[in-house]
Amino acid sequence: MDIVVLVKQVPDTWAERRLSESDYTLDRESVDAVMNEIDEYAVEEALRLKEAHGGEVTVLSMGPERAAETIRKALSMGADKAVHVSDPALHGACAVQTAQTLAAALGTIPHDLVVLGSESTDARLSVMAAMLAEKLGLPQLSGARKVEVDGSTVTIERQTETGFDRVQGSTPAVVSVVEKINEPRYPSFKGIMAAKKKPVQTVTVADLGLDAGSVGLASATSEVVEMTPRPPRQAGQIVKDEGDGGVKLADFLAAQKLL
Amino acid sequence: MASVLVLVEHAEGKVKKVTLELLTAARALGEPVAVVVGAPGSAAPLVDALAEYGAATVVAAESEDVEKYLATPQVAVLADLVAAESPAAVLIASSAEGKEIAARLAIRTGSGILTDAVGVDGDGTATQSIFGGAVVVKSRVRTGTPIVTVRPNSVSAEPAPTQAQTRSVDVTLDDAARAATVLERVVEEKGSRPALTDASIVVSGGRGLGSGDNFALVEALADSLGGAVGASRAATDAGWYPHQNQVGQTGVTVSPQLYVAVGISGAIQHRAGMQTSKTIVAVNKDPEAPIFELADFGVVGDLFTVVPQLTEEVTKRKA
Repeated sequence: MDIVVLVKQVPDTWAERRLSESDYTLDRESVDAVMNEIDEYAVEEALRLKEAHGGEVTVLSMGPERAAETIRKALSMGADKAVHVSDPALHGACAVQTAQTLAAALGTIPHDLVVLGSESTDARLSVMAAMLAEKLGLPQLSGARKVEVDGSTVTIERQTETGFDRVQGSTPAVVSVVEKINEPRYPSFKGIMAAKKKPVQTVTVADLGLDAGSVGLASATSEVVEMTPRPPRQAGQIVKDEGDGGVKLADFLAAQKLL
Repeated sequence: MASVLVLVEHAEGKVKKVTLELLTAARALGEPVAVVVGAPGSAAPLVDALAEYGAATVVAAESEDVEKYLATPQVAVLADLVAAESPAAVLIASSAEGKEIAARLAIRTGSGILTDAVGVDGDGTATQSIFGGAVVVKSRVRTGTPIVTVRPNSVSAEPAPTQAQTRSVDVTLDDAARAATVLERVVEEKGSRPALTDASIVVSGGRGLGSGDNFALVEALADSLGGAVGASRAATDAGWYPHQNQVGQTGVTVSPQLYVAVGISGAIQHRAGMQTSKTIVAVNKDPEAPIFELADFGVVGDLFTVVPQLTEEVTKRKA
């Protein structure tokens, strides 16, 4: 079973993140960059499915040159090869353009499953699995906390607020995973060394048959028009419990008309 | 006046609160058209509530198929309506499925999408709170029909009673829409508590609780306030509380009227999921805990005495 796993490099969530002042796109330069956390679970799930069913795991990532570090990490975890869509024309691409680009790239890589994380920690749209399924006409098996493959039938447990939905489709399918699904492995020393020799193919939008003018900021389907840092919250009242902390808290809630 | 499509969230014959918030927001943009996608008979019981909040039209898209598929029935119905009516915007609740419906609709109709809006202006510009609430941006859609998902609790629902016209449309699903089927919907825990994402009050517990059993303290406080229960990542990673209750960067983002943090230090990843809450209160034994920087009211003390006292006090005052 051939699996493509999507990974995204994002600013570290422990850092103070910002938009660039000049064009309101994500400032990727001023902060540490890491693999989007949930993508580690996607890579892990892809590797487990490969271990159980055979085949190859190909990493697909769209991002600037620096995203090669994140691709390398996925390879060091055990993925076999990678395709890196990197092109200055993609700067400022919106979600719709990103889906178009990834869909075009998926057209060049054989796949029975496309596995991705349920959301990225930078944009937090949680839309990519649905967009790719719509674009490619494939089953959308999203928000999975469990994935089972039996021949060409894929069944997931989709996490919901009150339990789960069992959702089924046939390969090829798009599967997005939530954090609950597994415990991602750490790259081993051997894995890190092996990753250096694994093939990474870098492609441009032209290589994918896309028009460079249709994929970046200038033609994005949405735009940020204004940005303001959130005003700091006004300092609150902090009291030390003298045996009546609970009562004082209730007094505060009552004064705020919250009781 | 241009119409504004509002996808109705409903369960057990009732309109969810977030839909009333969406209708309120929609009125600034045009004439609200409430779209009910559900099993046969699901629209009729909802009409009065929708009209009460200004729905000029209620579109009933009813089919036995709706429950069998994920997102695609709603997308099919909304795409037909977008083509027929050229609405000023489509508003959808920012739930997991709401965002997926919006995502597919954007691709289907060649439109831009804005998610997790905390406000929508009359011209369709949306306000979004990004990077865990550190930055506020205004965004707009440049292509096609603006498709905007709105975060629950960010707009306060205001009634605007009107007479709603009702009409029915077909739910037409092609093969791609039937590619994934929902075999069953399993409810693992059905309590009387409100759902975390649209609760007005959320009480969350963290590392300070020390064990899963001690979450009973958090649950008791939540029940006295009529709130939902959340947990920090430290607590869900430790297996003390179900993962789906995790509030934070990699969990759920909540924006309630009141957020109560119990034994939570307030690491940046937790703050990312709750710092747009209207009022924040915290109980923690460490006076240096970063949660106190956000708190409107904080008690430095032992949660095992402060929280039961608070629960008792709340119960007494609400009686």
